[in-house]
Amino acid sequence: MTVVSVHGLGKSFAGIAAADGMDFDVENGEIFGLVGPDGAGKTTVMRMLAGVMRPDRGSIVIDGIDVLADPEAAKQHLSYMPQRFGLYEDLTVDENIRFYADLFEVSRKLRAERTGPLLAASNMEPFRARLAGQLSGGMKQKLGLICALIHTPRILLLDEPTTGVDPVSRRDFWRILYGLREQGVTILISTAYLDEAERCTRLALLHHGRQRYCDTPERLKAMMPGTLVSFTSRQARAVRDALEGQPGVLGLLLYGDGVRALLDDAAKRVPGLMARLASAGLDSEPPRPAEPGIEDLFVALLKDEES
Amino acid sequence: MRPLRLKAIAVKEALQILRDPISLVIALLMPFMQMILLGYGINLDVRNLPTCVFDREASQDSQALLKHFQASPYFRIVETPSTYRDVIRALDGGACRLAIVIPPDFSQRIADSGGSAVQALTDASDDNTANIAIGYAQAVVGAYAAEATAGAAARAGLSTGPLQPVAVQSRVWFNEDLESRNFIIPGVVALVMALVGAQLASLTVSREWERGTMELLVSTPVTPMELMLGKLAPYFLVGLLDAAFCLCFAVFWFKVPFRGDLLVLFLTTSLFLVVVLGIGYLISVAIRSQLGASQIGLLVTMLPTVLLSGMAFPIDQMPKAVQLVCTFVPARYYIAILKAVFLKGSGLLELWRPVAALLAYAAVIGFFAARAFKKRLE
Ligand SMILES: Nc1ncnc2c1ncn2[C@@H]1O[C@H](COP(=O)(O)OP(=O)(O)O)[C@@H](O)[C@H]1O
Ligand SMILES: [Mg+2]
Repeated sequence: MTVVSVHGLGKSFAGIAAADGMDFDVENGEIFGLVGPDGAGKTTVMRMLAGVMRPDRGSIVIDGIDVLADPEAAKQHLSYMPQRFGLYEDLTVDENIRFYADLFEVSRKLRAERTGPLLAASNMEPFRARLAGQLSGGMKQKLGLICALIHTPRILLLDEPTTGVDPVSRRDFWRILYGLREQGVTILISTAYLDEAERCTRLALLHHGRQRYCDTPERLKAMMPGTLVSFTSRQARAVRDALEGQPGVLGLLLYGDGVRALLDDAAKRVPGLMARLASAGLDSEPPRPAEPGIEDLFVALLKDEES
Repeated sequence: MRPLRLKAIAVKEALQILRDPISLVIALLMPFMQMILLGYGINLDVRNLPTCVFDREASQDSQALLKHFQASPYFRIVETPSTYRDVIRALDGGACRLAIVIPPDFSQRIADSGGSAVQALTDASDDNTANIAIGYAQAVVGAYAAEATAGAAARAGLSTGPLQPVAVQSRVWFNEDLESRNFIIPGVVALVMALVGAQLASLTVSREWERGTMELLVSTPVTPMELMLGKLAPYFLVGLLDAAFCLCFAVFWFKVPFRGDLLVLFLTTSLFLVVVLGIGYLISVAIRSQLGASQIGLLVTMLPTVLLSGMAFPIDQMPKAVQLVCTFVPARYYIAILKAVFLKGSGLLELWRPVAALLAYAAVIGFFAARAFKKRLE
């Protein structure tokens, strides 16, 4: 069953499209990822889905409700966790939970029943009386999730919930998300991390406000041609310039400590490239295979698209 | 409107007030400081009033009167001009605020009536000070006159009771002093409440924007009406508390007589609070920074209330165009109500005009405030 249906969605600020041509359907119980680097338009899409920002074009249907026509009705069905921490730092953990429970008219009894397990699942029990402003980044995000879940929404919108969060909290966070999925909650999550993107059932790649691909993580990775290697060098910029346009080089990306190159056939090309670097007077270790990050995927896929 | 959501907003807002030092200072400390500063500031103004005396008789009697003025703490003789033109120049130039003109037949007048023997001229631009100054001048002249008659009577071998002049003196002084306070303190109460109400309410929505809590809030089903009423409810209670404090301060500290009905006072005060909170809320919705909102709140309440409410300058002495502007200053009506309730003991029926004006004001502000907030970012 399709729970979220987005078609031709777009939004511009001062004539520049922050999001454009968004088209995807999300099925019940999916964890759907909006993946892209900073400025890709993830937050803009999330805000439009949450009904707090009016799209310029396109349509959104959530649980059969036209969000553009009746955003308030849609808000009863979903929970939105903004990228920036949106809870009250001068309220305690308990007071924040109670506030959101009351806003969604959760009865006192139900609130009591749900709060315990949610706090336990996120290891937050000992901090119930602590002011939210005094929690660590990871705990703040978990509190945000608890508040979002207190009214058992059918759809959860999470905007970069794990950015800047410690690994332990991040693991807790994903464990809770998997649990929700089993209960049939549909989750839309945005992320700039590829390892998180891989945990999604499907994902849409966003770049400069446009939706590039929408598929399962496996299929997207498979679309990435060739293999990724990284050259470690202190003269990264010069290395990149030397490798630019060499046969078999599909894409290049500059990093702090070197260059990543996407090669059509690593075994065949590496000796030639090393020779090229040596003749340019650049020293470099032989390249090592690299785990593709989100940027690499973009470099590869966009390169692919251009040719 | 859902009761649980309304309660959620109100409880949250109350907790935030209790934990926000700025709100607490505005709610608790500001009324106290303002009552003291404004209540006393205005009374102290009348001490050492620069005064000039034009003595046209230059007799022993007129010199004796002059001594009385010099002895009074309320007047400081700065000039003794010898023509009317000099008197006017001194007043216009601001060298003195009050001019006493002793007529050429002063001794005769004192002997005859003991009454209006002396002419007092004031700088009318500050009507309040002028009124008080004239009152004090009357008291000085009255005391002198009483003393002179008593002296004359004693010389004539008649007994008029030696305590009488003292009695006259003290009564006039005491009354006059009170009247000046009665005149100004209701205005101070209204000013304090307008300031506190608008300031507190001006922070409430802008705080959500500034702290980044708005995005999450507008993603919930809360309605703009619930948000407004829930947010203003705790401020309304704080406002009533402040009003009670200010009014008690007026009665027990400044000794303004209270002859009215507490219920009338409560109802009209609530009405005025609704108006000022509504104004503050509108500002808060329009301006997204707390500092900006509170400064606009200060400007919008302080200036009209001080200048155009009749608190310091009587409205009926203003130009017609300015009087029209005064019609839109809510404090004007509340001050009129306070004075009437305190001094005359007026009931709601007698007060129907200012009450109706405040009701209309509350309705208009409420109408716009309820529609001002949009559940959208941007
Ligand atoms: N409220 C806004 N006003 C103007 N420009 C905006 C606004 N929100 C986002 N943008 C612009 O839209 C683009 C996409 O932003 P955003 O949706 O925040 O991306 P992401 O969340 O993927 O980092 C950016 O270039 C950003 O500067
Ligand atoms: Mg973002």
